[in-house]
Amino acid sequence: MNDLHINTDLARKILTGFIKSELNRVGFKRAVIGLSGGIDSALSCALAAEAIGPENVLAVRMPYKASSQESLDHAQMVIEKFSVQSLTIPITEMADPLISLDPEISNTRKGNIMARCRMIVLYDQSEAFGGLVIGTSNKTEILLGYSTLFGDSASALNPIGDLYKTQVRLLSRALGIPDVIVDKAPSADLWANQTDEDELGFLYEEVDKLLYLMIDQRYRMQECVDAGFDENFVKNVMLRIQRNQFKRMPPPIAKVSNRTIGYDFLYLRDWGT
Amino acid sequence: MKLALAQINTKLGDVESNLTKHLDLIERARTQDADLILFPELSLTGYTLQDLTPTVAHSPTADDPIFRPLLEASHEIDMVVGFVDEDTRHRFYIADAYLSQGKVVHVHHKVYLPTYGLFDEGRFFAWGDSIRAFDTRFGRVGMLICEDFWHMSPPYLLWLDGADILLLTSASPGRGLNDDDRLESARWVEHTNRAYANLFTCFVAHSNRVGYEDGLNFWGGATVYDPNGELLAKGPYHEEALTFAELDLNQLHRTRARLPLLRDERTSLVQSELNRILSK
Repeated sequence: MNDLHINTDLARKILTGFIKSELNRVGFKRAVIGLSGGIDSALSCALAAEAIGPENVLAVRMPYKASSQESLDHAQMVIEKFSVQSLTIPITEMADPLISLDPEISNTRKGNIMARCRMIVLYDQSEAFGGLVIGTSNKTEILLGYSTLFGDSASALNPIGDLYKTQVRLLSRALGIPDVIVDKAPSADLWANQTDEDELGFLYEEVDKLLYLMIDQRYRMQECVDAGFDENFVKNVMLRIQRNQFKRMPPPIAKVSNRTIGYDFLYLRDWGT
Repeated sequence: MKLALAQINTKLGDVESNLTKHLDLIERARTQDADLILFPELSLTGYTLQDLTPTVAHSPTADDPIFRPLLEASHEIDMVVGFVDEDTRHRFYIADAYLSQGKVVHVHHKVYLPTYGLFDEGRFFAWGDSIRAFDTRFGRVGMLICEDFWHMSPPYLLWLDGADILLLTSASPGRGLNDDDRLESARWVEHTNRAYANLFTCFVAHSNRVGYEDGLNFWGGATVYDPNGELLAKGPYHEEALTFAELDLNQLHRTRARLPLLRDERTSLVQSELNRILSK
């Protein structure tokens, strides 16, 4: 079975309920979301607006000087469509002093700096607006590690982290996210004409089918090959998942005492609420 | 007999606050003339207790501050509540207590503790070691908790022990989103409970909690099936609700007159074959 279809009404109910519950139980009514102009943050924003009311959602646009105007425009479309509060805080003046220290700086380093500048802005707005930061990472990119640690992966709660990119597209359409945002090639927009799929070397639609078998259906590698996936593709994806496990976990604490955080001090975050 | 199914959200580790909610719902059920109210698994404590387990345990006795008000309320209406039971040797069990007329009629300790996938119950709880039906003012009844009825043998044993009403409780984390209008976990439980009602020609009532704990959602959807496997009542998914069902206990007579599965069950054959299989 290889079925990524989801009942979008049910997904909507569970995910909006999650946002509302996890905010309210710790005394929050409001949320902050970085809007990139892409589909993932648009979906998180739409879910948050439905969950807690658009007046309680602050969407923040954080362009860098190299960001495309299209991204900024698409983010604005989402702000208007869902009537959320908004702010635009450019990060060029934050990022450039660090970037300019090294004329040889790589695109990866620049991208990481931008992602972490945006994290700083969002967590500052979290305090200023009195809302928690809602995550925008989907299951595909979390598994592939296609994110910046402590950058775009940082959030207080993530409603869409168990949805593959293909499922994000299905739910986004159901929530009325404009087609132009759902249909465009996903991009981190760190430099001109960058796309996720060029960088990764495969299409989301293709890798999602493989991930669904490997992760959700627990297929072994050979079974994935038997199901029609190229062996090198399967190995490459498996290796990416393995190498990026560190991005999915808090840093390990060296155990020396009898009771250690993370090993035998075990409480949910929702402890007492 | 009028049954009330309370599908509630709980505060994780806050027994006092959960008790208040219980007493409110008990009062609501009583004013609507319910005879019995069924709360979900661990309804007094919340589900993912982990290291909270020893701090939320109670003993179902009249001098316990949590059970005293519940026992008092049980003069008006029977009830099943979910809690952490600490025995005299300080072992902790996931437990359901049946309270009636100011007395603890029966306590069931969960016998199957799921410790796989997202579950880690065997790490924190002791395994119950008995499956017994018991008598109530509505006839003989059996209680099981969640994973207990994912296994076929506990409902079967209760049936043979005389239970005509199965009272099932869960804190079932929702999982398996596909294009169906309910989660795979909900579909599984509903199919299975209906099958028990059909196979055992008995009533099967299920109360499941709602709400969230961290990223886990609990899907609610309380159900009651009659001895023909017909759905008598169903609660909503993912929302708190008090759902009522009228159980016509004479249906047992009518169904078993038509379909004598209980009469014809060859327990000696089961026993001899089990002995053979287990002695291999």
